[in-house]
Amino acid sequence: MDVSVPRTLDEALAALADRPDAMVLAGGTDVMVGVNAGRQTPTAVVALRAVEELRTWSVDGDRLRLGAGLTYADLLAPDLAAMVPALAQAARTVGSPPIRNAGTVGGNLATASPAGDTLPVLLALDAELDLASVEGRRTVALRSFLTGPKRTQLRTGELIVAARVPATRPHQEYRKVGVRNAMVIAVASVAVVVDADVGVVACAMGSVGPTPLRAPRAEEWVAGRIDWGTGVPDAGVAAEFGRLVAEESRPIDDHRSTAAYRRHAVEVLARRALESTLAGVARAEAA
Amino acid sequence: MTMAPPTGTPGTPGTTARGVAGGLGESARRPDGGPKVRGEFAFAGDLWADGMLWGATLRSPHAAARIRSIDVGPALAIAGVATVVTAADVPGSANYGLEERDQPVFAADVVRYAGEPIAAVAADHPETARRALAAIVVDYELLPPVTDPELALTGEPLHPDGNVFRHLTIRHGDPTARGPVVVEGTYEIGMQDQAFMGPEAGLAVPAEDGGVDLVVSTQWLHNDRDQVAECLGLRPDQVRLTLGGVGGAFGAREDVSLHVHICLLALRTGRPVKVVYSREESFLGHVHRHPARIWMRHTAEPDGTIVSFEARIVLDGGAYRSSSYHVVANASCFAAGPYRVPNAHVEGLGVRTNNPPCGAMRGFGAVQVCFAHEGQMDKLAAACGIDPVELRLHNALDHGDHLLTGQRIDGTLPVARVIRETMALPLPEPAADELLSRPGAAGRTTDAPHVRRGIGFAVGFKNLMYAEGYMDGSEAACVLVDGLATVQCAAAEVGQGFVTLAQQIARTVLGVERVLVAPAETASMGSAGSTSASRQTWMSGGAVEQACLAVRDQLLAHVASTLGCAAADLEIVGGAIRSVPGAALDVDIAVEDAAPGVPFEARRVFHHRVTLPLDADGQGDAHVSMACAAHRAVVDVDPELGLVRVVQLATAQDVGRALNPLSVLGQIEGGCAQGVGLATMEELVLEAGKVRNASFTDYLIPTALDMPEVVTTLVEEPEPGAPFGAKGVGEPPVISSTPAIVAAVRAATGVDLTRVPIRPQDVALADRPR
Ligand SMILES: Cc1cc2nc3c(=O)[nH]c(=O)nc-3n(C[C@H](O)[C@H](O)[C@H](O)COP(=O)(O)OP(=O)(O)OC[C@H]3O[C@@H](n4cnc5c(N)ncnc54)[C@H](O)[C@@H]3O)c2cc1C
Repeated sequence: MDVSVPRTLDEALAALADRPDAMVLAGGTDVMVGVNAGRQTPTAVVALRAVEELRTWSVDGDRLRLGAGLTYADLLAPDLAAMVPALAQAARTVGSPPIRNAGTVGGNLATASPAGDTLPVLLALDAELDLASVEGRRTVALRSFLTGPKRTQLRTGELIVAARVPATRPHQEYRKVGVRNAMVIAVASVAVVVDADVGVVACAMGSVGPTPLRAPRAEEWVAGRIDWGTGVPDAGVAAEFGRLVAEESRPIDDHRSTAAYRRHAVEVLARRALESTLAGVARAEAA
Repeated sequence: MTMAPPTGTPGTPGTTARGVAGGLGESARRPDGGPKVRGEFAFAGDLWADGMLWGATLRSPHAAARIRSIDVGPALAIAGVATVVTAADVPGSANYGLEERDQPVFAADVVRYAGEPIAAVAADHPETARRALAAIVVDYELLPPVTDPELALTGEPLHPDGNVFRHLTIRHGDPTARGPVVVEGTYEIGMQDQAFMGPEAGLAVPAEDGGVDLVVSTQWLHNDRDQVAECLGLRPDQVRLTLGGVGGAFGAREDVSLHVHICLLALRTGRPVKVVYSREESFLGHVHRHPARIWMRHTAEPDGTIVSFEARIVLDGGAYRSSSYHVVANASCFAAGPYRVPNAHVEGLGVRTNNPPCGAMRGFGAVQVCFAHEGQMDKLAAACGIDPVELRLHNALDHGDHLLTGQRIDGTLPVARVIRETMALPLPEPAADELLSRPGAAGRTTDAPHVRRGIGFAVGFKNLMYAEGYMDGSEAACVLVDGLATVQCAAAEVGQGFVTLAQQIARTVLGVERVLVAPAETASMGSAGSTSASRQTWMSGGAVEQACLAVRDQLLAHVASTLGCAAADLEIVGGAIRSVPGAALDVDIAVEDAAPGVPFEARRVFHHRVTLPLDADGQGDAHVSMACAAHRAVVDVDPELGLVRVVQLATAQDVGRALNPLSVLGQIEGGCAQGVGLATMEELVLEAGKVRNASFTDYLIPTALDMPEVVTTLVEEPEPGAPFGAKGVGEPPVISSTPAIVAAVRAATGVDLTRVPIRPQDVALADRPR
């Protein structure tokens, strides 16, 4: 087995161009499960861990650039968590400490599981992904990057370099239901991001469709029913928002849960997430 | 942790030596503890032999099929593949089985469950073996699987032995007696897995005598040996088993799994062969806890006195018999719980289906019925307007009372005491407003106002040791030279701490601190029986005690003859041989120095008292001894999402006598964890007989964030007839913990939960389609 351990992004892209069949290895928390189960039998590996560039983050104006190699533990660091609290909340729900120390945002994005925990948050933040190959670079909206369960627009020889999201949306939240209190795959999850300045609510759901889904009709409906000066919604708005979000979910029955419960759970989570993010807006407006 | 002071008298008189560290009653350190914690302990999966091959097993993906043909040619053609074996290559008995030989070593013509072995290969590398499996061509004719036990009861036989493993009827008392208060319910228990950490593993080495040496992780070496020898067409002495390092068992290693396959591969290739199951294969390769559907009806006087009890218990045994016959007995005999029930009619059924085979798991039938009878007790309390704990106290069984089988309880069974001691334990603090301690924890599902707290209570009991006339025994040997004792017994150490106990017994009886425990194996030792049924402390502990007592007597006789006194004048006190008070001469010699270079050896077989079979009405003195425990559960629930957080389990357990208090606590906490699992998450999900979640990604077991605080009282009322007065402690913790948690969730939510594990939708969508 050929293993290359590039130190720069260009080296990594060249290594991948050299061996387009190579398995890209970041934290290995998805791929090694596949290898151990005999689902994958790699003959070549390009390991990304030594590519510093992928493991950094930076702020450019009101945009935050998150290197694809950032681990969940990195996302929990206070300065990052302050800018994208929901992403830190999502990171905290992932696996156990060893998994959070190894698993990366890029791996979560490339795996593109409907239950991937960073995906609803990034989707609600309208994340853009920087992709690169020896052919060149391109930027793709996460919304179109995710094409189906474990399917993406990523091309052979291409790497996810970074995700870019707004750095100035403090009112955001991630909530995830699993059947155990830790180390559990989401049965249903919801991310809500409120931009009080422009009066917009974004909502995304996980584990209730082939990909994480946005809830555009609910988002539109709710935006006009909040007093953006105070952050206070009209009576009954949060409950109705929950119902509308659930209507936009497309869950299935499987061995982890039922469609009926998943729809119910996103309804409850969306209502609770809206209530608490708006409470945050209200506190900020009052201050 | 709180612990009640020991009460009652110590066990067998004259066996308690003072002054030797690490004896009985102390929390002596485990000899395997340090290596396990440091990662140095060799589990069976770590076995290695030079030149060994790797074995792998082909399993049916279908739950029911006829095999039209098997073509192993393409697998044999792969470089590095040494051999492929199928049913046609089994030289001896085609079938094996723990009690009856009804399970094929390899399916020959019919497949009865998804996961059934079809063939095995040996190759130079695990990866080659995997490819070889993929190259074997099996032509299946699919059959509709029968997965509902009720349909199997009336349907075509799935096996020449038919579809009913056992139908046991218990008729007790007056069949017409009824009380004015009536409560009825139907309860369901999902399929729990033992989920031990160390998957099945073994190493077989062909021997020059045409036999085979097998190192394997198991619960019962000799029973395995007999089955393996039968299937290989060898004499039992040609098959020599040694215990490999066992990473947990809980009943799942009572049955033969890879044993015959691996020996066959070794004998065919003339080379050592190693097999280690993957996690997925482990879930398919061992038996599970029987899923059950249980109907019960109780009638009572308005004051809560139980008048009559009826039950119909249907246990899904899956494709093969394993221990279903005796699980049915346990479920039926203990169906009413630890309560005085004068009149009863119980129908217990174990049924064959095309689901995965079920057999022994910690609690062995008592777990399933406890969930049902404790649900009934709460209903009865409500119907009578009595506090549920008071109702249980009012009906609690005690010494001198009778079981449903008519057997009089002639030993200890302090049911009322475990109830009272449990209730006396402190309740936890009010819900802490802290994210990680709420239901949903880090998932941030639940804010403090969404949390409801509930408290539930349950009591359970079961028998200790094998029953119904089984002639049980265990052999142990002891050698003492210059103060170093070596104890040997074929009892399987599966993590429960038998090796520690064996040392403690030898220290106490012989007055020596240095005790070695020799490997458990079949070549030089007789059977110790299975490490199950909470029996090894009693049976093999008893055998070790007797062997050590015999050695002690030899030592004292030897010393007496050299001193010219009577052996009766001497005793062992602490680490010394002393003259008894009032003896003519004054002796004080260290045991180590008492007989330089002289070895003392003894070998003893221990038997418990005789039990009897059950008669046609399910009556008879079938059980050796009983143990009980009570659990009080405190839970926090988010009713809207159906998420549960178990906050505390309080438990008092009837232990007879705690020979190693820390080990007892370990059993209690571990059993509670499995009870939490069954209550809230653990279930093998089947679809048309196929396991959908054969992985730790999807078969969920409790994590540290799911495990509650456990507060404990050990109730010590020594059991007459038991070595040292000690009762087995492994099973009671898993019996009533589950129903206590469910009762607490019912209390928090008002939802009448009748199924475990509780799924979030069972609470959240209780009144809607789920
Ligand atoms: C015990 C356990 C618990 C888990 N719990 C959770 C959980 O709670 N929530 C959750 O969402 N996930 C969970 N996971 C899954 C996994 O940890 C995450 O998906 C993680 O983000 C994967 O990242 P990684 O760096 O380990 O990826 P890897 O396993 O290294 O790679 C995953 C995939 O991404 C590709 N890839 C990685 N980086 C790049 C890149 N920069 N460009 C292009 N392709 C790339 C790889 O080729 C591969 O296809 C768990 C896994 C385990 C083993």
